[in-house]
Amino acid sequence: MADNQEPAITEDFLSAALKTRLNATHVEVTDMSGGCGASFTSLIVSPDFVGKNSLKRHRLVNAALKEEIARIHAWSAKCQTPDEYAKEKAATGGNEGPPMDGTNAQGKVEGVTE
Amino acid sequence: MLTRSLFSRQLFAAASRPAIAPKAVSSAFRPVLFYQNRFLSDATRQAIDKAVASAPVVLFMKGTPETPQCGFSRASIQVLGLQGVDPNKFAAFNVLEDAELRQGIKEYSDWPTIPQLYIDKEFVGGCDIIVSMHQNGELAKLLEEKDVLVKGEEGAAEEQTEKKE
Repeated sequence: MADNQEPAITEDFLSAALKTRLNATHVEVTDMSGGCGASFTSLIVSPDFVGKNSLKRHRLVNAALKEEIARIHAWSAKCQTPDEYAKEKAATGGNEGPPMDGTNAQGKVEGVTE
Repeated sequence: MLTRSLFSRQLFAAASRPAIAPKAVSSAFRPVLFYQNRFLSDATRQAIDKAVASAPVVLFMKGTPETPQCGFSRASIQVLGLQGVDPNKFAAFNVLEDAELRQGIKEYSDWPTIPQLYIDKEFVGGCDIIVSMHQNGELAKLLEEKDVLVKGEEGAAEEQTEKKE
């Protein structure tokens, strides 16, 4: 589209935007749409999340990526403070990364267990 | 097990029961002018107010509890079932049925995605939040506080840890 002045939404773009706008120390963005750039899931680690409950953290992310999220089809995020990220990494021996939307057979709604 | 079949039949049946849910809301949406989709009109806001108040636990989703049309919506319904939410205290609204609801709920909640969960008229979050609260026990606590679980079904979540046959 000739009049589309907005940058393409890619994993890198979102990752960079999160680092800039949210002081994220660690970001993982995964394009779940097979390269279409329509559906993303993410893991965002930022000190900005300290002292905020889950909803507030997500609202922070939504506000930071307001325009981008409005342009894509699906968005999923896991928001952790640097502490939580470190703890989970230690506990799981390599963290689970972005939430992979999936419902496996054991009745768990997240594809957590490898 | 009995618990699962109760969930399957009653939770779904309740959500699609004729009385409260989509019908009452859809008719309120119809008169709203199409080109007002950038602003939340009074009529839309009131209709959503009513939807949010129609039951202690309300989920705006894509599709129905029986046939979710999206993985995130399906995951959310699954969690509510695992938690043992009382079907009589639950209502689901299918945003795919109504374009004005689909757009309006995003502005109403100031939340860009669907599904959206309301408990006791308060916005709780989307799928990610529902799932993480489910995993860390916060959701169970909240649902108990609000007294929306099926009585005598506290074992519902535990049952799921049994191996499936």
